Amino acid sequence: MTTHSATSGTGAPPGTRPRSSKLAALLGRQPLGIVLAAPYAIFLAAVFAYPLGLAVWISFHDYFFSAPGAQVDRPFVGLDNYKEVLGDPAVRRSFLNVLEFLVINVPLTVALSLVLAAALNGAIRGRSFLRIAYFVPYVTASVALVSVWLFLFSQGGMVNQLLGDLAPKPSWLVNKGLAMPVIAMFVTWKQLGFSVLIYLAALQNVPKELYESASVDGAGQAKSFWHVTVPGVRPATTLVLILAIITGANLFTEPYLLTNGGGPNGASASPVLVMYQKGIEQGSPDTAAAIGVLLVIGVLLIALVNKFLLERE
Amino acid sequence: MTRILRHLVLFIGALLFLFPFYYMFVTSVQREPDTSLAGVFPTGGFTFHNYVQINERINLLQSLANSGIFTGGVLLGTVVFGVLAGYALARLRFRGRGTLFSVMLLVQIVPFQLLIIPIYVMIVRTYGLSDSYLGMILPFAINSTAVFLFRQFFLQLPEDLFSAARLDGAGELRILWSVALPLVRPAMLTAILFTFIGPWNEFLWPFLVTKDADMQPLAVSLANYISNIAGRAANPYGAILAGAVVLAAPAVALFVVFQKHFTTSDIGSGVKG
Repeated sequence: MTTHSATSGTGAPPGTRPRSSKLAALLGRQPLGIVLAAPYAIFLAAVFAYPLGLAVWISFHDYFFSAPGAQVDRPFVGLDNYKEVLGDPAVRRSFLNVLEFLVINVPLTVALSLVLAAALNGAIRGRSFLRIAYFVPYVTASVALVSVWLFLFSQGGMVNQLLGDLAPKPSWLVNKGLAMPVIAMFVTWKQLGFSVLIYLAALQNVPKELYESASVDGAGQAKSFWHVTVPGVRPATTLVLILAIITGANLFTEPYLLTNGGGPNGASASPVLVMYQKGIEQGSPDTAAAIGVLLVIGVLLIALVNKFLLERE
Repeated sequence: MTRILRHLVLFIGALLFLFPFYYMFVTSVQREPDTSLAGVFPTGGFTFHNYVQINERINLLQSLANSGIFTGGVLLGTVVFGVLAGYALARLRFRGRGTLFSVMLLVQIVPFQLLIIPIYVMIVRTYGLSDSYLGMILPFAINSTAVFLFRQFFLQLPEDLFSAARLDGAGELRILWSVALPLVRPAMLTAILFTFIGPWNEFLWPFLVTKDADMQPLAVSLANYISNIAGRAANPYGAILAGAVVLAAPAVALFVVFQKHFTTSDIGSGVKG
């Protein structure tokens, strides 16, 4: 099978050409590719396409967990699950929480990583050390890092000891107004290294001549940063934005552990956390699936708008 | 002047970034975790007591082994099947190539977390794979981002190389093994390192799929300790931070040793599409 496919890729002998070109029309010029890509294609079908379809199906039915193989009736309920989800204050709260997360996380990430990347670009002493410092939170498990932040931001933790009388009451992680900002800060710190890398790569593509002509025109460092660097890395900014939105949509570990299951009155609950509580803890996977579908639609819409804005440039 | 200022800002920022790691380690080897400013500097009460304590609560060795098997399974699947798929996507013309490529891009936009309910239904409820390594590994078995990176690596090789090898009569598998793979080996290490941190640090999925403590990866058992037991312990932070150090150490060590391989150009080639 493999040798046959491989030879058809190098060009079949003259006598068999008509047959192999028909085959080529059906399978492509190098059908071996189908064999090589098959495991990955099957994987995508099994753990991406099928679950996506199943999520939509579950969200339109009265679905509950049952023993494997048991025959149970799961009636079609139309948009009932969606109505229930959209009417649920806890769900609406969680979507607003992600918006709050993004409002803090996105500008901080873009500004800090762009400035850091610009500063790290070019000759600098201690490059390896700096690279390790800014990137090491990204490679470390959230569960491990959350532990330190719990220690730092607890009632009697070091941050409050430093602040003394200025310490917020109630303390950071049990404070309705502060739980989500602390999570947004944590994630910004943890993920920053990755966007620095993206910007560092993007900076390689900004033509040096632009900086030269800017300085000929009398632009200072700040001016040329604003008028050359910032527009020059715009595609990277779009990517950082999309990654931040995906991170926000995925948020689970931090609200679950850092704010003890979503903070006071769900002040820091994320949609995935609510999905987990409703779907797994309370055993109603149908409403949980509806939340998931709404989130997928939201993320895809934002990605499409981004793509549209980018391609219009 | 601005050069010095730039260095100063970068180094102060770096120290701030590293501080939690330092604090995590220092506290984990202190007899009495101290939350005051004095706790930042080791007081001489050096001890491994916290490590012993966390090991009594969660079996560190077993948890590490579970993390290792989970991570190893994902790496094996990603490297074997991902390289084949990446090579096919980059170098072979076959029917369905465009579709597969589009789906691969889409997978990276639709976050995995959003699919947990149907995947949980499938793996835990339908196939009964809870508390098994297979159930843990399955949803991550081939990392799409890594496949994308593999494709980019193979795409960057000159076409002449491939036509020459084909003229010499080499089959595609032989070309992949003896020509293409050796040339992308350094870049391959990048993709493998990035794949490693995914399952090693993953929390939500193994948390859902394992209820048996003997099957839980370290991230899950440590998280369970934090949220269940720690509240009732008198001074839980020493033990928690000791567990955090054990969880963080392998990924951090790999990163520090191979940090040159976490290069911007490789990532850049990955994200530019």
